[in-house]
Amino acid sequence: MSQSTPSRNYRVLIGKPGLDGHDRGAKVIARALRDAGFEVIYSGLHQTPEMLVNIALQEDVDCIGLSILSGAHNTLMPDVVKLLNEQGASDIFVFGGGIIPDEDIPKLKDQGVLEIFTPGTSTSDVVEFLTKACEKRHS
Amino acid sequence: MTKTPLNTDNIIQRVLDKDIRAAGRLMRWVDDDLDKVKPLLAQLFEHTGHARIIGITGNPGAGKSTLVNQLIKELRQRGKTVGCIAVDPTSPFSGGAILGDRVRMQQHALDSGVFIRSVATRGNLGGISRSTPAIVHILDAMKFDVILIETVGVGQDEVDIVRLADTSVVLNVPGLGDDIQASKAGILEIADLLVINKADRDGMQRLRRELRTMIELGDFEENDWKPPVIETIATSSQGIDNLADAIFKHLEWLDTHQDQKHEVELERHHHYIGLVAMGEIERIVQHERASERWSEQLEKVRTREISPYEAAQTLLSYIIEAKR
Ligand SMILES: Nc1nc2c(ncn2[C@@H]2O[C@H](COP(=O)(O)OP(=O)(O)O)[C@@H](O)[C@H]2O)c(=O)[nH]1
Ligand SMILES: [Mg+2]
Repeated sequence: MSQSTPSRNYRVLIGKPGLDGHDRGAKVIARALRDAGFEVIYSGLHQTPEMLVNIALQEDVDCIGLSILSGAHNTLMPDVVKLLNEQGASDIFVFGGGIIPDEDIPKLKDQGVLEIFTPGTSTSDVVEFLTKACEKRHS
Repeated sequence: MTKTPLNTDNIIQRVLDKDIRAAGRLMRWVDDDLDKVKPLLAQLFEHTGHARIIGITGNPGAGKSTLVNQLIKELRQRGKTVGCIAVDPTSPFSGGAILGDRVRMQQHALDSGVFIRSVATRGNLGGISRSTPAIVHILDAMKFDVILIETVGVGQDEVDIVRLADTSVVLNVPGLGDDIQASKAGILEIADLLVINKADRDGMQRLRRELRTMIELGDFEENDWKPPVIETIATSSQGIDNLADAIFKHLEWLDTHQDQKHEVELERHHHYIGLVAMGEIERIVQHERASERWSEQLEKVRTREISPYEAAQTLLSYIIEAKR
């Protein structure tokens, strides 16, 4: 009851679809986004695209971040985008991270993934990019 | 499947039609700006009153999310649809939050009979967010049978959930030591059901003895509900059926004790009306701060022509006059 003014927080779902069990990168991004004022919903490991999209709708997030190290990004990421479109939720944007070869990035972007952050990207750059993209979404 | 975009004209109907996206969006509006959505929530209210509301509280790490996950499973097996609100704390430093309770509830992500919403406290004290009662209304209007609320877990201060829930479940964990147990003095006023979770741990017998003694020493009247003590191992779903039985028993008890039931209902609405009214007053005062007459009063206080108390009184009377 202490907050007097309405506060808006951007909400982001960090998902780990697929089989790999390494969520360190996902957790680093989750903490950086929290420290930048985001509400971060963390899904846990081994989610299917269907599960992630359902969670995104229930949680009404602004965006979904997919961390994939298993090599299955070329199917999983476009699947999430496609399912969002089917649900009439194409305004929720998708970004990705993990081990993604440079030559795959343009293809993923063509299929509706807004941005791919490679392991070299600093967390502050990720935060800045997402803040701007969320601002745009709400303007 | 193309749908018309959500707007204030169609969102309520779509929530009533159990549209997940509409419900998620309305909850977002509630969280971001309750004032904007008050007229919408007012339309929704007549469709509420179906759901039974269960609060789950206990210290961080007590196993609340794990237990809620099992309870959802058990309730689904009993044919109930379940809404769930999982509250986690907002960081006081950044205003952000990591909402991780869902990690333990993954298995229900594709079940249309389950709707889980994570919320951050956003500075609210008392174990739930300011938005939680309205989110309960939304889930209720979608005709979920049971609504489970996992609170933040700050212990003694979690009185807000008691006001909101039909049944309050308090988790205890064995082996936390004397000083922690001693601070349990107040939990009888909160708990309708006492759960010993992590019953696989050392110290279970002792904790059970302590809780039973506490109940014996509590001053219950003939007609009062006496909280049962239920042992669970949430990680392996042991005892969850007993817990579900106890929850339904308490709900039935409420149904057969209309006085107590009315008391619960009155308390709930009493608290919420107060909350909404306070929010409105805060908003009005906030708005007033930008006004010219506020600046006038401020200047008079600066020069010590009047006191801050007189200034506040004068400003309040302007507001009240304008509202008449
Ligand atoms: N040994 C044991 N561990 C449990 C039990 N229930 C939960 N846990 C563990 O306790 C930790 C915290 O659980 P969580 O559900 O996140 O607690 P919360 O913070 O109260 O929501 C997790 O590692 C669980 O696996 C139980 O009955 N026995
Ligand atoms: Mg939890």
